Amino acid sequence: MEIVYVYTKKRSEFGRQCNFSDRPAELHVDVVPDSSLCTEFIERNPCDTAIQCAQEMSEHEVNTERFETETRGINHVEGGWPKDINPAEVEQTIRFRKKVEKEEHYINTIQQLGSVMEHCIKQNITIDIYEDYFANMEVESAEEAPSAKTINVFRDQNEIKRTATSLSWYPDGGKKLAVAYSNLEFQRSSPDISFDSYIWDIENPNKPELTLKPGSPLVCLEYNPKDSHVLVGGCYNGQIAFWDTRKGSHPVEMSPIEQSHRDPVYKTIWLQSKTGTECFSSSTDGQVLWWDIRKLGEPTEKLVLDPTRKLSIDNALGGISLEYEPTMPTKFMVGTEQGSIVSCNRKAKTPAEKIVCLYPGHYGPVYSLQRNPFFPKNFLTVGDWTARIWSEDIREACIMWTKFHMSYLTDGTWSPVRPAVFFTTKMDGTLDVWDYLFKQNDPTLSIQVCDEAVHSLRVQDNGRIVACGSHSGTTTLLELSSSLCTMQKNEKNLVSSMFERETKREKILEARHRELRLKERTQSQQGTRQEEDGREGDNEEEKELIEKAESEFMKAVEAEKKAMAGRQVEEIEETAEKASEEPAEKADSSTPTEE
Amino acid sequence: MSEIEETIKRIQSHKGVIGIIIVNNEGIPIRTTLDNSTTVQYAGLVHQLTMKARSTVRDIDPQNDLTFLRLRSKKHEIMVAPDKDYLLITIQNPSE
Repeated sequence: MEIVYVYTKKRSEFGRQCNFSDRPAELHVDVVPDSSLCTEFIERNPCDTAIQCAQEMSEHEVNTERFETETRGINHVEGGWPKDINPAEVEQTIRFRKKVEKEEHYINTIQQLGSVMEHCIKQNITIDIYEDYFANMEVESAEEAPSAKTINVFRDQNEIKRTATSLSWYPDGGKKLAVAYSNLEFQRSSPDISFDSYIWDIENPNKPELTLKPGSPLVCLEYNPKDSHVLVGGCYNGQIAFWDTRKGSHPVEMSPIEQSHRDPVYKTIWLQSKTGTECFSSSTDGQVLWWDIRKLGEPTEKLVLDPTRKLSIDNALGGISLEYEPTMPTKFMVGTEQGSIVSCNRKAKTPAEKIVCLYPGHYGPVYSLQRNPFFPKNFLTVGDWTARIWSEDIREACIMWTKFHMSYLTDGTWSPVRPAVFFTTKMDGTLDVWDYLFKQNDPTLSIQVCDEAVHSLRVQDNGRIVACGSHSGTTTLLELSSSLCTMQKNEKNLVSSMFERETKREKILEARHRELRLKERTQSQQGTRQEEDGREGDNEEEKELIEKAESEFMKAVEAEKKAMAGRQVEEIEETAEKASEEPAEKADSSTPTEE
Repeated sequence: MSEIEETIKRIQSHKGVIGIIIVNNEGIPIRTTLDNSTTVQYAGLVHQLTMKARSTVRDIDPQNDLTFLRLRSKKHEIMVAPDKDYLLITIQNPSE
């Protein structure tokens, strides 16, 4: 229905002053009620109306195309010689040079250039060109919150994923990362699983720089700090293999099976030696073997980790982690599957004496063991649900420890640049960064690296980049904020005093314990003597005690009975009010009979 | 002794001078005080760089020309005195 009303006005009246006047109401349109519409009326009760008050949004996704890079080499050879001269022929080149040197133009030019050059050299001598103008300026350290960001992720390229069990940084600058892949789950390894491990260029996550092809999956892998082309790896079947990256993917040599470990090799470490070819390895079969990669035919030395020092393999503890500090080349430590830490000395007179002492350790395998790079007397162990810091002098207990976490810890390491900082990884996929100067109860920074367990951890030598290897072979590189990788003012002194304080505390506690134990022992000895002297007296005392206990017990029982009887009486009295007095008398007589 | 030898000796006698190389405009080392492999490397690379530097200067202003090139690095300074036909390269670490 359209309602139209037309106003008319003459053109000549436009713009004139208004002259309003009253007039009666007029009817322009009359809408008659339509009764048929009434039948169509539907009442809506309740009436739902949706109202949107939030801003409308939409989601878009963009995925950039993967950019693949490749490295190629070009071999440059000496060139630029005239056609008739062969640069390889010494005589010809000498003759050419002699000829040039005789030219007058050459002589003049060089003399002229010589004077120009001399001027510059003198300038350089006069002014210290390497002077640092701002050496004395304090670098303003902005107080930023500790953080970390993911810079790259390397995935296991195989269809069946394997765990990244060990990581090793390229020794010169850390531009490459060697990752060992193997499946450690018991009887889960399928026959078509790949044995390969990879070396990654940290800039290129698309393709590994080199594939290592061992005869059995690698459990551990380590770059040689002295020769960065050489890597040593420990296999799942116990063999030791070494690679020279210049010689390709296949191992240069592998130790013979019959001379190797009988269990997976969980850790190998290169030793400090003149040749830089020696390393040692540990395995859960209870042996520590020393090797020289120049002759891998048999181990150069053997040690059975028997805590009873009888060198029997039946009692041996399974070594799962190793520790070796190049500054103390004769010492080393082994973290065992059983949870204890074995401190050893390689240069002991007899094989049995090589095991110096045992630290109690953890409730489960010691997955990581490392000395503090600044204070080698103190070492970090990771196992069960805690990370613990020990002092070499205290053999009974650790000096500091983290709280018990909700999930198992899998690996840990000290920061190479800050004495108070260490890292731990957990089964729930988090990386914890601890700054013990800042706080001890909780990690300073906790990052969820991935949704699955993080299995391995390694920090680059400059302490800035942390690599975490996960259960399904994903290796994540994290870059830490600068506050976590630059030494704080006075940090060394503070950490040193902290370690000393805690060691002292533990020493005092240990002494106290010993005292108490001694007292107890003497007391118990005295007690037995007294017993012999006056057994009868004791018996009497015992009797008295028993009597006392009995009477107390009986008293308690009677009190309870009385209370019960009282209650009964009350109940009965209530009923008695309604009924005759007889039952009440009965009740009264019943109480003494009960007693 | 020839004048060239004298010049080289004079330059060499200054404090911190590690080596001197004379290169022709093809990049071939004519005279050197360093060992062969170092010389070839320096000659090839510095020659290329100098040519590039020279063409840069000339491209910016055709009436201009490169007269001297100093490369200050973390360990030493490489100085190049260029000429139409020859380059005189000197490596110096004055703090040595």
